[in-house]
Amino acid sequence: MKRALFAFGSGLVFGIGLLASGMTNPAKVQGFLDLFGHWDPSLALVMGGAVAVTSLGYAALRRRPSALSGDSMSWPAPAAIDGRLVLGGVLFGVGWGLAGFCPGPALVALGAGFGDAWIFCAAMLAGMSLHDRPRA
Amino acid sequence: MDIAWIQFTPLPALAGGLLIGTAAVLYMWGNGRIAGITTLVAAPLEALLRRRPLASEVARVLFVAGLVAAPLLWRLFAPLPAAQGVTGPVGLVLAGLLVGYGTRMANGCTSGHGVCGLSRGSLRSLVNVLAFMGTGIVTVLVLRLMGLLP
Repeated sequence: MKRALFAFGSGLVFGIGLLASGMTNPAKVQGFLDLFGHWDPSLALVMGGAVAVTSLGYAALRRRPSALSGDSMSWPAPAAIDGRLVLGGVLFGVGWGLAGFCPGPALVALGAGFGDAWIFCAAMLAGMSLHDRPRA
Repeated sequence: MDIAWIQFTPLPALAGGLLIGTAAVLYMWGNGRIAGITTLVAAPLEALLRRRPLASEVARVLFVAGLVAAPLLWRLFAPLPAAQGVTGPVGLVLAGLLVGYGTRMANGCTSGHGVCGLSRGSLRSLVNVLAFMGTGIVTVLVLRLMGLLP
């Protein structure tokens, strides 16, 4: 029960943050990537604010043996910097620049009833499935 | 380059960022997990694809439900912020496919590699962020050179 509440609550606060930040508006995200046109630096402050809080919070949580729900602390294990990490980022960036959506804001915009986000999210789920499809 | 001062919204951006960070910390504190939206969406999806039981995916599904429900809560107190699309249906489908495939290939996006990875000081996440920021900027530059941006 605790786990469910933390999960839903975290998602809710994350979504409210995205709405407040303006990042659920694709034009605003594209404006940040428009470095050589009319640059809107807002996204840098969103990222900066989020990283400031998260790095402090994570530092404080580092020594905890377990989470409040009783779950283990699942810090990501070190992994290799490989071609998939870079190529995946390259592909993601092209889509991000084209539509101004990344996964989080797209899901929030979907909840807001924004038609563009419905189309984007359907295609995003298809793209994820295409990558993760069970191979015989 | 010129800065679009009219569009620049420093205070809401910073406030939203602080809330996003709070959510990421809350998820680690409460459930011991990274708040990476790619995995939160793709793990339950993969369980469905492989016909595995969804019981272990409940928390992830609920996090995503929280994201989707956020505008419903927001609307009780204030009108939703405006959203302006930047491409048509074909662009949206193409972009969605690229974002879905690419984030799975790199195992993360703006939240998992961006917010959470950079906060852990992960070099791996920094490399991914530089890759997607780089191609995002180049993509928008190409759209601008093609005369597709205002």
